[in-house]
Amino acid sequence: MTTTIIKTTTRLLAPLILVFGLYIILHGHLTPGGGFQGGAVVASGLALLIVAHEHKKVKELFERAPLSQLESIGALGFLGTGLLGLAGYTFFKNVIANSGFLFGGKTPIGINPGYLNTGGTLAYMNIFVGMKVLAGLTSIILIFFLILKEGEK
Amino acid sequence: MIEHLPALVIAIPLFGAFITPLFRKRYNLAALWAILISGLTLVLVLLLEYQVLTKGMMIYVFGADKPTLVLPSGYRVPIRIMFQVDGIGAFMAISAGLMSFVGAVYSYSHLQKETGLEKYYTLLLLLTAGILGMVLTGDLFNLFVFLEIASIAGSALVGFRNYRGEASEAGIKYLIVSSVASLMVLFAVGILYGQYGHLNLAYLSKQITFNPLDMIALGLLFTSFAMKCGSVPMHYWVPDAYTEVPSGINPPLLVSTYASLYALFRVSFTLFGKITIDMATVGWIMSILGVLTMFIGVTMALVQKDVKRLMSYHAISQTGYMLLGVGVGLTVFHDKQALIEFGRTAMAGGVFHIINHIIYKSLLLLTAGALFYVTGTRNLNEMGGLARKMPITTISFMVGAAAISGIPPFNGFASKFLIYEAVYKLNPLLAIFAMVTSILTLASFVKVFASAFLGPPLEKYEKVREVPKPMIVAMVILAALCVLFGLFPDFVLDKIVYPAVDALINFIQYQSWGGLA
Amino acid sequence: MNVLTNFPFIVVALLLAIGFYTIGFKKNLIKIVIGIEIIEGAVNLFLVALGYVKGAYVPIYTLAPKEAAEVNKMVLPTPQALTLTSIVIGVAVTALMLAFAVNIYRHYGTLDVRNIRRLRG
Repeated sequence: MTTTIIKTTTRLLAPLILVFGLYIILHGHLTPGGGFQGGAVVASGLALLIVAHEHKKVKELFERAPLSQLESIGALGFLGTGLLGLAGYTFFKNVIANSGFLFGGKTPIGINPGYLNTGGTLAYMNIFVGMKVLAGLTSIILIFFLILKEGEK
Repeated sequence: MIEHLPALVIAIPLFGAFITPLFRKRYNLAALWAILISGLTLVLVLLLEYQVLTKGMMIYVFGADKPTLVLPSGYRVPIRIMFQVDGIGAFMAISAGLMSFVGAVYSYSHLQKETGLEKYYTLLLLLTAGILGMVLTGDLFNLFVFLEIASIAGSALVGFRNYRGEASEAGIKYLIVSSVASLMVLFAVGILYGQYGHLNLAYLSKQITFNPLDMIALGLLFTSFAMKCGSVPMHYWVPDAYTEVPSGINPPLLVSTYASLYALFRVSFTLFGKITIDMATVGWIMSILGVLTMFIGVTMALVQKDVKRLMSYHAISQTGYMLLGVGVGLTVFHDKQALIEFGRTAMAGGVFHIINHIIYKSLLLLTAGALFYVTGTRNLNEMGGLARKMPITTISFMVGAAAISGIPPFNGFASKFLIYEAVYKLNPLLAIFAMVTSILTLASFVKVFASAFLGPPLEKYEKVREVPKPMIVAMVILAALCVLFGLFPDFVLDKIVYPAVDALINFIQYQSWGGLA
Repeated sequence: MNVLTNFPFIVVALLLAIGFYTIGFKKNLIKIVIGIEIIEGAVNLFLVALGYVKGAYVPIYTLAPKEAAEVNKMVLPTPQALTLTSIVIGVAVTALMLAFAVNIYRHYGTLDVRNIRRLRG
């Protein structure tokens, strides 16, 4: 499947898709989207890269990539941000909002253009979920891709 | 910290599940970690039950300022996801915690030869978290989410031995059944949400009017949960799944099946509890389904050669008892006199049978796993004369077989007796069917005992020894529980079963969030 | 109650029928998986259609026009959240089912459900 057309398209598109995915993850608390959607977009960018490269190269690269660990860390981070709320409030309480911490800026009331430094735990959760989803979906795609190639031989 | 228990009960297994992959190839560490986490969960669940029994229903609102803040000032409807733990929820949670602990202990040595075990333990803990979420939640959509978590983890475990094609076959069967069932649950949730604009179980049950759309929703929920708890006619996935799953997972998988049964009860007693006219019909349907399930299950079991398959068909048959007991209760749910006279007893029998069955069927399936561990086959005709080689397994099997056949003084007798007694008052025919099933069960287990354990010792099993210690510990825990529950049924009934039954009957209490609103 | 307002629900019914037909009558395992996906699509469409309110605004604060906050006419975002959750779960289910299908093909050499019947009795 590694024709010149796919390779050239990938070279042009993959960086854009990856950046767009990261944008969706980071902007999840302001605009439609969030961790899962952004993670899925990033994973589709990575899928494009997987398809466009040689089977052997992909296999070598991804055997070293810590996808499973990334997935665990994403899930643990998500749970951890939820557990922060146990300090005085309840599980999943948004304790970082309006606290002045990173992403803890004060949310202005009323219609506004949207400020990135708001959202509290939501922003963190989006990042962690994004991490988990991109790792999980990429490993699913990768495993199916490798199975497919094995079948062809 | 006590007020955060419902959240911690879910958070701890999830936390444990996501740590487990980080152990990578160090399988023994992963196994010990899983045992530790499931043991911790068991302790938390017991604490939870103690809290519920002493202080009444527990409410936990996620993301609120205070765990019990159902209605923030200015709101007339609850807007957040909440957990609502009452007697029956805590009762099911105990079974889940206990069985995942036993499963983890058993798996420690049962699976020594397999690979990819860190994923196995991750899935085991995820399955536990899914079941616990299902039985504790007070939100319909959340119920769907946890149902899916439990069924994905469960079916992945069914197909865990991926070097066997049969395991994948059983796995995909289970997954297709459960995903269709859960999608229909979601559809019903959508119907209810579209009409009332809420997902909170207690709030919905206050609003419900039982128009034709609600009837469709009830039908969909009833069918899908009946499908998932393995009642006839959608029982065919049960034997496949139970046979192919590694034996250590059998206990939690059984509980996940009965978590669907719990959801069925929750829907018919709490969500539609207000409807006085048609619930008797639903109760009759449930009872007749129960009788059919127990009869078909046991007749199919009689002809089996594969020991685990035989026991799985008995699992179907025993599910029938629970449906029958609770179905009789539902039939007379709005008839106060009959409810006090025999309905409550019938329900107590059905609910007590859930935990009894989980205990003795897990015990039997674990002994079957032990037989497989030493002989490498599940075919009854190829076994024989194992009693002398494996004394503890033999005794455990005898305890389990006696319990399932309803022989006193084991726990199966206690719950079955309650069911016979109460069901007889509604309709003698149903009780007779239940007794005949019990006799057939005994016949079938005598056959297993004779062919696997008795007889002359076979030459090929000359070197067979008793199974490793962790497996023995798991079996002995369950056998001891069988005997204890059988010797002191009144204690168990008073302490955990009747509170669970009363939680089902007293839906007004549930609707008001335990008196918070 | 004209056809146009009910159009999404008609499509839902149609998709459900197609999905159940596919599960019930197709013999190829991959097609059965596709059938489940179609049912899932139908249920998701149902949830999204429930959340539609005529003349209301999108529940994104930063993009809403001034009058949206004043007349209090924003759509409740719950159905969308439900749909997203269900999509996420659907991805996991599909991936797992396809993995099982691959494994079955390796061991049985076929995807025809009539031949995948080693477990019976």
